[in-house]
Amino acid sequence: MKFGKMKPHRRNRLMIAGLVVVSAAVAVTLAFQALDENINLFYSPAQIVNGEAPQDALIRAGGMVVAGSVRRSETDLKVQFDVSDMKEAAVTIEYEGILPDLFREGQGIVARGRLNDDGILIAEEVLAKHDENYMPPEVAKTLADAHEEATGGQPGS
Amino acid sequence: MWNWFHKLGAPRSFFEISGRLLPWTGVIAVLLLVTGAVWGLAFAPPDYQQGNSARIMYVHVPASILAQSSYLMMAGAAVVFMVWRMKLADIAIQCAAPIGASITFLALVTGAIWGKPTWGTWWVWDARLTSTLVQLFLFIGVIALRSAMENRESAGRAVSVLVLVGVVNIPVIKYSVDWWFTLHQSSSFSMTEKPAMPFSMWMPLLIMVLGYYAFFFTVWMMRIRSEILVRESRTRWVQEWVAGR
Repeated sequence: MKFGKMKPHRRNRLMIAGLVVVSAAVAVTLAFQALDENINLFYSPAQIVNGEAPQDALIRAGGMVVAGSVRRSETDLKVQFDVSDMKEAAVTIEYEGILPDLFREGQGIVARGRLNDDGILIAEEVLAKHDENYMPPEVAKTLADAHEEATGGQPGS
Repeated sequence: MWNWFHKLGAPRSFFEISGRLLPWTGVIAVLLLVTGAVWGLAFAPPDYQQGNSARIMYVHVPASILAQSSYLMMAGAAVVFMVWRMKLADIAIQCAAPIGASITFLALVTGAIWGKPTWGTWWVWDARLTSTLVQLFLFIGVIALRSAMENRESAGRAVSVLVLVGVVNIPVIKYSVDWWFTLHQSSSFSMTEKPAMPFSMWMPLLIMVLGYYAFFFTVWMMRIRSEILVRESRTRWVQEWVAGR
């Protein structure tokens, strides 16, 4: 069935259908362009360090928890940790409360809170991100052991 | 091929062909869903990070995949109806919408249940979750628009335009996790890439996905068949078929 052999009224209707989809796509694209950064759920550590995140407003910050950076208070539930973008920028986050089960060093998190004058994010809520890789515990253990052997017994590196 | 398209498009021949297919797709759906559910929920290994709560993916992932596919199939029917004015395509849209809405709702609910123990929240307004919610509203909008209009012909046209406009949301759902920062992880299961999990996990997941599809086609055909009987109730073949029951 060739396009040119189509009956004219059907070809017109097919073109109208195409036009509907294309114009809707253009409208949505323009809307997303206008919303720009607002669709992102969180600011990256680099954006916060560069001052792109607003001060004195509720924002979300996301990144990987830096290994060895978790400092727990001995008297209350306060906890401080750094999140980084795995490159150079890092932001310190302070939170008081119970962290989600999946919170651990090297894991992605999203924290909602306000930046204080020292550039520390005082978080009201910490959510754990997880990645798209799933594996059984035994496989994870084998992988970790192999990695440890290869790196000369430095876990977490 | 073209003749076959026209033949299948006639309500009567669709009714006859689907009547023969229906028992098969039904049995296949039950077999796949039971196998996949037992394998995934009882025998597949737990996840090294999330433990047993990751098992909800055997319900959630197929629901999310089917939610998007069912919308795309509905959009295909909308194009056919717009261009060829095929009655069967209009029936197909009408019958797909409630199933699609239920499956999307299932994807959202299982996602929330999964989100609570892993992320720490039932809901977050990230791009993936929000665009999926928009899709649920699109399905509901399709149902509402049709029932709001008296004339079946003009209702069919209006609905097919709405379905086509809503198709823009599909790539937004699919690529939201790549385009923006979201809490939702990117996809671990696709037709083109190696799955991000071992065989013992992706095999039951694949069986569940196929089972969901078989279930969808079964229910879709059943609904289309009963709608054909309603719309064609004045024709002789329907009256003869009913009399022969």
